[in-house]
Amino acid sequence: MVSMSRDPNNFEEPILELKARIEGLKAQPATPKLEREIDKLEQKLRKLQADTYASLTDWQRCLVARHPKRPYTRDYISNLFEEFDELHGDRRFADDPAIMAGFGTFRGRTLAVIGHQKGRDIKQKLHRNFGMPRPEGYRKALRVMKTAEKFGAPIVTFIDTPGAYPGIDAEERGQGEAIAFNLKEMAMLKVPVLVYVIGEGGSGGALALGVGDHICILANSIYSVISPEGCASILWKDADQMATAAEALHLTAPKLQKLGLVDSICEEPPGGAHDNPNQMFSLLGEHLAAQLAREESLSVEERIEARYQKFRVMGSFMQAG
Amino acid sequence: MSWFIKKRAPIKSPKDKIKIPEGLWEKCHGCNEVIYRQELNRNEMVCPKCQYHFRIPPRERLDKLFDDSKYTLLYNDIKSEDPLNFRAVKKYRDQLKGLEKRGLEEDAVWVAKGRLSGIETMVAVMDFSFLGGSMGSVVGEKITRGIEAAVEEQIPVIIFSCSGGARMMEGAISLMQMAKISAALARLSEGELPFISVLTDPTTGGVTASYAMLGDINIGEPKALIGFAGPRVIQQTIKQELPDGFQRSEFLLDHGMLDMVVERKELKAVLSRFLRYFTKEKV
Ligand SMILES: [Zn+2]
Repeated sequence: MVSMSRDPNNFEEPILELKARIEGLKAQPATPKLEREIDKLEQKLRKLQADTYASLTDWQRCLVARHPKRPYTRDYISNLFEEFDELHGDRRFADDPAIMAGFGTFRGRTLAVIGHQKGRDIKQKLHRNFGMPRPEGYRKALRVMKTAEKFGAPIVTFIDTPGAYPGIDAEERGQGEAIAFNLKEMAMLKVPVLVYVIGEGGSGGALALGVGDHICILANSIYSVISPEGCASILWKDADQMATAAEALHLTAPKLQKLGLVDSICEEPPGGAHDNPNQMFSLLGEHLAAQLAREESLSVEERIEARYQKFRVMGSFMQAG
Repeated sequence: MSWFIKKRAPIKSPKDKIKIPEGLWEKCHGCNEVIYRQELNRNEMVCPKCQYHFRIPPRERLDKLFDDSKYTLLYNDIKSEDPLNFRAVKKYRDQLKGLEKRGLEEDAVWVAKGRLSGIETMVAVMDFSFLGGSMGSVVGEKITRGIEAAVEEQIPVIIFSCSGGARMMEGAISLMQMAKISAALARLSEGELPFISVLTDPTTGGVTASYAMLGDINIGEPKALIGFAGPRVIQQTIKQELPDGFQRSEFLLDHGMLDMVVERKELKAVLSRFLRYFTKEKV
């Protein structure tokens, strides 16, 4: 791990300082000398970003995954889909804004899209409940998946949640049952299910949209059984040990891939998805197009069997001879 | 599909049950009364004052459940390893060693096959005394193998849950066991084979959010704590007092999440009836 003299939470500061300097120079009247200077600084910036992001600690990676400017489900939909129509409600109780679901076209083909949605400003955050769904969110998600199955549309899901909402109402309406039922039903969906972990993959509340044929995680996203803070307070009896816990939980993209829990990693722009959202959209778009083509070549039986086997082999144990 | 059966002599062990680990008295978690241990034993470890159902060891549960206390334990050659080299205050590896030394060889779930009122049944019983009944790779693998074997042999499955949730020390590997077991249950459903889930005190977290809530019949033991999020986490989040009886079996029954709450002494009879109701007539 790199040692940083600064507060580890502020690893972006030098990047932001350099960016501000470049912006300042760009605001001045252009001269050949100034342009050379700007060129040099921009090169320096790219190197600084690459170096910083290559050597982030796992905890810093969590902060990137939760970055307030990181693209959310809604951003991917509006930038990758030519058309999109959102559907609301679980036909049981309510609509849950913490999960978005609907149909649209991606490069000319119909897809169902389902994803957690966090809010950008405080009003939106409250409306979206910080991306923490209640049971009706999971039930809406499944309803739309079933509709997609009926009409033969592949499903893409975007995972980005701190976790399912821990609240009295959520428990009363069966948070556990809602998640469990999705796991069981998604295992049997006849259409391709492509899963993208675009930010935080928070425990069961994430997995409830995560049973698919191909699980892709963005390079700076995380996926974990519990938040580093929660783990630290339980196993270290000290919530301040979250950086240690983050390390121990193996929640980063490369570690998850090594454990066989995700199928691929989608690269991010050098300074993270938030630094260049447009580049992120095109990287994810290319990945999605390629993956769709691959999944559609399988028969329904092959697809369901392959999905079953993918999760079947997850686990690590010893067996005496 | 190959699956392993470690044959053991059928276990008949009424003497085990009388063994009192320590003390003659036991404090009830339900009513805080102090109860004479022998009285508890006579009452199947149910508080005579408030009907709180104490946790009972898996062996006791299996002995009571199967006809003549005869059954075969399965997959007990599968052991936890430490895939993440996990170390918090304690090393996961040392915790596992310590548990093995104490004679807890089954990890947090026992899987057994035998006859229940004459019907061949696959049964899994979780053990809270093994790291809080937490679900890691071994729990996931043993339960999945049990379900897959049941699909193959066309027999029903009963799972007694008792767990704080996923095992943090195995990170996201333990999270994925939820998907693995649920997928196996989907195949059991497809095979039109019954799955009865019995939720005992406590059943929370990833276990509730997977197999425990997926029964054709979901049965709670009286006053068992059952929920997705733990009460402490909820309280910290909403910063309000929780209502009386919140997340207890009776609460879930009221909210439509359990089919029934069944006292321990009635459990075998109820399970037997449902196995019979759901057994298809061979045409
Ligand atoms: Zn009592």
